[in-house]
Amino acid sequence: MEILQSIWFFLWGLLWAVFFMTDGFDFGVGTLYPFLGKSDEDKRVMMNSLGPLWDGNEVWLLTAGGVTFAAFPAVYAMMFSSLYSALMLILFALILRGVSFEFRHQVDDSRWKKIWDTCFFVGSFFPALLFGVAFANIFRGLPFDSNGYHGTLLSLLNLYGLLGGVLFVALFLQHGSLWICIKSEGDLMERSDRMANNIWPVLLAVAVIFLIASWFATNLYDNYLEHPVLFLVLIIAVAALVGIKYFLLQKAYYKAWFSSALTIVSCTFYGVIGLYPNMFPSKMDPSTSLTALNSSSSPLTLKIMLGVVIVFIPIVIGYQVWTYYLFKGKVKIEELKY
Amino acid sequence: MDVVFLSRLQFAAATMFHFLFVPLTLGLSVLIAYMETMYVKTGDETYLKMTKFWAKLFLINFALGIVTGITLEFQFGTNWSRYSEYVGDVFGPLLAVEATVAFFLESTLIGVWIFGWDKISKKAHAIVMWLVAAAGTFSAIWILAANAWMQHPVGYEIRNGRAELTDFMAIVTQKFAILEFFHTVSAAYILSAFFIMGVSAYHLLKKQHVEIFTRSFKIALIFGLFFSLFEIVEGHMHGADLAHSQPAKLAALDSHWETEKKAPLYLFAIPDEKNEKNLIQFGKIPGGLSFLAFHDFNAEVKGLKDFPKDERPPVLITFSAFKIMVGLGFYFGLITVVGWFLRNRLLETPWFLKIMILSMPLPYIAIELGWVVAEVGRQPWIVYGLMKTSDAASPIASGQVAVSLVAFILVYGLLGAVGFYLIGKHAIKGPD
Repeated sequence: MEILQSIWFFLWGLLWAVFFMTDGFDFGVGTLYPFLGKSDEDKRVMMNSLGPLWDGNEVWLLTAGGVTFAAFPAVYAMMFSSLYSALMLILFALILRGVSFEFRHQVDDSRWKKIWDTCFFVGSFFPALLFGVAFANIFRGLPFDSNGYHGTLLSLLNLYGLLGGVLFVALFLQHGSLWICIKSEGDLMERSDRMANNIWPVLLAVAVIFLIASWFATNLYDNYLEHPVLFLVLIIAVAALVGIKYFLLQKAYYKAWFSSALTIVSCTFYGVIGLYPNMFPSKMDPSTSLTALNSSSSPLTLKIMLGVVIVFIPIVIGYQVWTYYLFKGKVKIEELKY
Repeated sequence: MDVVFLSRLQFAAATMFHFLFVPLTLGLSVLIAYMETMYVKTGDETYLKMTKFWAKLFLINFALGIVTGITLEFQFGTNWSRYSEYVGDVFGPLLAVEATVAFFLESTLIGVWIFGWDKISKKAHAIVMWLVAAAGTFSAIWILAANAWMQHPVGYEIRNGRAELTDFMAIVTQKFAILEFFHTVSAAYILSAFFIMGVSAYHLLKKQHVEIFTRSFKIALIFGLFFSLFEIVEGHMHGADLAHSQPAKLAALDSHWETEKKAPLYLFAIPDEKNEKNLIQFGKIPGGLSFLAFHDFNAEVKGLKDFPKDERPPVLITFSAFKIMVGLGFYFGLITVVGWFLRNRLLETPWFLKIMILSMPLPYIAIELGWVVAEVGRQPWIVYGLMKTSDAASPIASGQVAVSLVAFILVYGLLGAVGFYLIGKHAIKGPD
């Protein structure tokens, strides 16, 4: 049973990691949109670079949420009811982002477009920030005990939580800027190349500060000290981060983007591994912490879901990779849909 | 106001709003896939124009369906955490499987369809729309199986202080789930058919794009006729099944108070919940209710009075929603039969075209009322006979829920207005 629960814990982490890796560049592009999109054509290129992909990317969030519900119902219940307002903000932001793709091009009027430009930015930036804040707070532990949750939306905005938010935004800005380099041409590509180069040192600095702050603010390193081999994940994260700059200097954007993807995945796993077996730890009374071992579904449910995931997730990855391949290369002006 | 009430309002608002868009997605995807297939098969450009025109309306509708669906999956956690914890072992997998097996496919392939016109072959492009349609239907299977489990829980045992799964297939294949699936999907197809017929009728009245809209109208008419008639039979079976699965709901549907043999059906009645009787009732059909529920005029039908007062659903709402839904269901059957006889004279029968324009909102009303019947009629239970709604809400401050409820109403209201405005705008403008 413990093995089953542990497998599910890491699958849970993997689903979040893939969500951050895929929808992460969508968030990044959306956040850069007002800054890099000088002309209407720039903006359309940026939106269309995500056009065929963002919707499929977002489903990783639903799957991560659904799997939390199925495999760890007590975590699902506690996490989402405790972080009620933060999650609602994320969901509303995602709604605004989703409709802005479809609505912006429907009416040819600059004020109309301005509305959906704003929604696109807001709907990309806030989820990036809030997911970071939420996960950093989970790493740190939350204010609850056997009497329930005692925090508020504001109590999430502690220094470490905000640092997590800034880290996520920086990761996604890097990821998104590289994506625009891949998808655009000419002036827009040059500007996003400069942007990617400018973000990199910021990301590096924030990442280092976050790693140090985690030593003081969390217990994440306990697992690493117990099993030093785990530090490999951190080494991969750092190597991938350096790889971004290395490939960026060569203007090998695809490779830089893959490095950035690996950075996001390994950063997520840095936290997930440090967290194990906790999923929603209590800062007030550790005995009430929700863990993979005390909050899981029954063995039968875990086994059935494992079967479903083992069969279907590779199929999903298969057709999503095909989609990415189908829409590879630069966005062509004459092929703009949005 | 308490958290339970506010959370119920919020869930109702979010679900009913979501369901303004889901049915059209389910039905239109099938019809667009059919039109595109006809284009690929015949090479007739009219079919291509039809495909592109209906797709434009479809995609606006699709976007709203997608974005409003996301909040629903998380609301079980945010607002119904006690429910989620108690039944998550059984209920959670259904939602997780839906996302993994169906929603991924639909969301990924819709992007391929929108952007892939020149990237893949015509045939592959049409197949992608069929897959989008199929994925939507798969989603419906899982989501409706989850709802059916709340209506009639099976395949579980109470262990470790919660409901634990014992038989996964029993949940997916139970009679209630199958009936609910066909009922809801047929309703979605009827709605989509009336949508296409209504928009087509508008253009036919103006005698513009006659070829495109005559053909669209006829395709939708055949689709709508078949499913309207099917729904009458299926709806009856679904209702009759309640005699076994949810007797309290059945009694509420017909405002039936006394347990009796040869239970009558009234053509018109007004329930009086306080005095446990009907204020007015006439048009008595002796044994009618017994016959509908058990296919036997003499069968005994349990009345509301035989259920404890705190285990009865709100009778007036359930009863009225049910009667209007059923009335509309018969109307859909009738008007599509009329349409069948007029199908080759559409341009000469403007009165019929006008009726079809005015009929467009009716399936929307019927389908929303159907959910009122299903959900309000299940009260006071969140899982029938297993868990009460009042025990299911999250232990959170009501202020938080009040704020999010207001936000839902504002944001959804605005998006709905914009969405329907855009759909209307493009529908009136016609094909390019």
